[in-house]
Amino acid sequence: MRKLFAALVVSTALAGAAQATTVYPLDRATILAGSPFDFKVEFSSVVKPEDVKITVNGQDYKAALGKDVQFVAEEKVKDKVAGSAVILRNLTIANAGDYKVEVSAGSETKSVTWNVYNTGTTPKAKNIIFMLGDGLSVAHRTAARLMSKGMTEGKANGRLNMDDLDRMAFIGTSAADSITTDSANTMSAYMTGHKGAINSLGVYADRTADTLDDPRVETIGEALRRQTKKSIGIVATSEIEDATPAAVVSHTRRRDDKAEIVGMMFDLRPDVILGGGSAYFLPQATNGSKRKDDKDYIKMFQDAGYKLATDKNELAAATNADKILGLFHTGNMDVALDREFLKKGTVGKFPNQPGLVDMTKTAIDQLSKNPEGFFLMVEASNIDKMTHPLDNERAVVDTIEFDQAVGVAKDFVARNPDTLLVVTGDHTHGITIVGMIDDEAEGTEMREKVGVRGFPNYVDANKDGFPDSVDVTKRLAMFVSNYPDHYETFRPKLDGPFSPAVQNDKKEYVANEAYKDVPGAVFVQGNLPKDASSGAHTVDDVVLQATGPASENFKGYMEQSDVYKVLADAFALGVKQTN
Amino acid sequence: MKKSFGAQLSRRRTLGFVVGLPLLMVGGRGEASDDLTFDDLYGKISVLGLEFSEKVKKLAGKPVAMRGFMAPPLKAEAQFFVLTEVPMSICPFCSSDSDWPDNIVVVYLNRKQTFTQPNETIEVRGTLEVGSWTDPDTGFVSRLRIRDAAYQAV
Repeated sequence: MRKLFAALVVSTALAGAAQATTVYPLDRATILAGSPFDFKVEFSSVVKPEDVKITVNGQDYKAALGKDVQFVAEEKVKDKVAGSAVILRNLTIANAGDYKVEVSAGSETKSVTWNVYNTGTTPKAKNIIFMLGDGLSVAHRTAARLMSKGMTEGKANGRLNMDDLDRMAFIGTSAADSITTDSANTMSAYMTGHKGAINSLGVYADRTADTLDDPRVETIGEALRRQTKKSIGIVATSEIEDATPAAVVSHTRRRDDKAEIVGMMFDLRPDVILGGGSAYFLPQATNGSKRKDDKDYIKMFQDAGYKLATDKNELAAATNADKILGLFHTGNMDVALDREFLKKGTVGKFPNQPGLVDMTKTAIDQLSKNPEGFFLMVEASNIDKMTHPLDNERAVVDTIEFDQAVGVAKDFVARNPDTLLVVTGDHTHGITIVGMIDDEAEGTEMREKVGVRGFPNYVDANKDGFPDSVDVTKRLAMFVSNYPDHYETFRPKLDGPFSPAVQNDKKEYVANEAYKDVPGAVFVQGNLPKDASSGAHTVDDVVLQATGPASENFKGYMEQSDVYKVLADAFALGVKQTN
Repeated sequence: MKKSFGAQLSRRRTLGFVVGLPLLMVGGRGEASDDLTFDDLYGKISVLGLEFSEKVKKLAGKPVAMRGFMAPPLKAEAQFFVLTEVPMSICPFCSSDSDWPDNIVVVYLNRKQTFTQPNETIEVRGTLEVGSWTDPDTGFVSRLRIRDAAYQAV
């Protein structure tokens, strides 16, 4: 046994050495015909330029790839020479088919095969509305239905807007470097068709430290500008330069390059931009700025013809403008539960923020003025941002809000059947519903009141779709499967978003004692590493739903990178549309 | 832990009353330094920027006392720490380390002090400094600082 194990280690090590050459795009990459991308080979040793041999389908690469590669003699990783590299930027492959790329230099060899796909010549859809609940998991939907509509004798008393979309698929959300994933790379896969590494946007993450030099792939925003005259809209409740909205336009290894992402957004000029995150638009001299330069992107966007809106009223008044930049918070916008009901979080500082429904309406009204059609991305960012800190009520109320925004999109689709509507998540969370918590159940400890049979007593007297209170005596017992040390209070957090753990001087997260004295609270020891501040993303599949032209292509199991192919085909992005 | 808190508190109170050393006093209302709260910092908060409150402008260069939480130091050897309104609970997947809240105050100590537990409210006393400044060692940009400061758990 021991001997066998040793032999396995040796063979694995050898295989590792032989495989250490890396080619980007990776093996099995799918590439839209005609879309620009960067090609890079990272050798694991220093090689001579004359020894580098690259063939594509057995022929010298220059014919297929169109240009000469640039040779980099030595690339460094943490001050150590990691090996040589070759780079070829901004190349395109016009013809669909499989491309076997074989690379060798000295003892190093590597072979990858790319699939270049084309689209139909005629667009199937004029518009696409792509709506993403960040972290949207099955339990969020179920809880939203139960909380918003109620249930009698086992049958839902109403349906969510999401419940009646025509087609669906299970989506795998893993990253190029891990089964786990992050909102950056998974949205980037939806928006480029390429799976990247965790935290990356519109690039294959290479080994060099520079976060902005990594091999790029085309984003849907760029493809739309290259091939169509459609309008582009980006709407989110997070900072607009946060990972998900950024993925429509950006290229960086590191989603935290938010100042640079604002610049990339400016370069592409989406027609409607609505969300939070003004801090990265303000020059550093302004209090509240998070930039480290003097660029005033508010002014730059205004000079480029954008009407600025900074609250709900200005958004309502902005609809006569050609282009709209709506920034409603310096950071992430507040969640619906705080904004509309509890007035907690940062609502005191930013009291007049629009919600996702208003933003979606405005975006659709504005974008649909373009006779060429539009692409709109809408993200309910805070489903994720509230499930991370185990604040399930806030996450579910934002899921209800997201569903109401889906309702706005469905109304548009009903009037404009040439619109493809996609509703999905980008990854899941470990949230699940364990029956009810019934305050009136017998028992002195709160755990005795968990998992009780029956139906919750949320009330929606004003029929706005939101429960009048989340703090009812028979409420959903929702828990997250993975967590840091924290105090479980068994109750909604009425004083502001939950902050389960805080960091100590060893950078470990310990339970936040602010919740220690909540009646019934118990200490829960974390099951994540101590450097985890909150619940982590989970690897479970996401459910995608869709309606409208080309939605029949969503079925079975798909990678999120495959979804891009459906979007590209719906808009015939393989073909220049000149009308 | 709790017990030592109480003991510390009463000792400081006693010293404050009897000896009257301003640095060691708790509360400090109407005393040598003015109380400043996180709510006091900005008079106008908007998407287009924040404006310091009249109180902050008035107290610039003057001794202040402020309560909050000590964020874990950026570097062990850093000369300063960040005072926050609530204990820091940064989420590595949904935001970056650079995403500090708007209303932080950077504290430069007058002498080395050990770092506190994250759940512990502290009171910082020192001289308020107002305006943008970049820490030469770390590049950390701050807009409000308390210099020549000392702190104690409360």
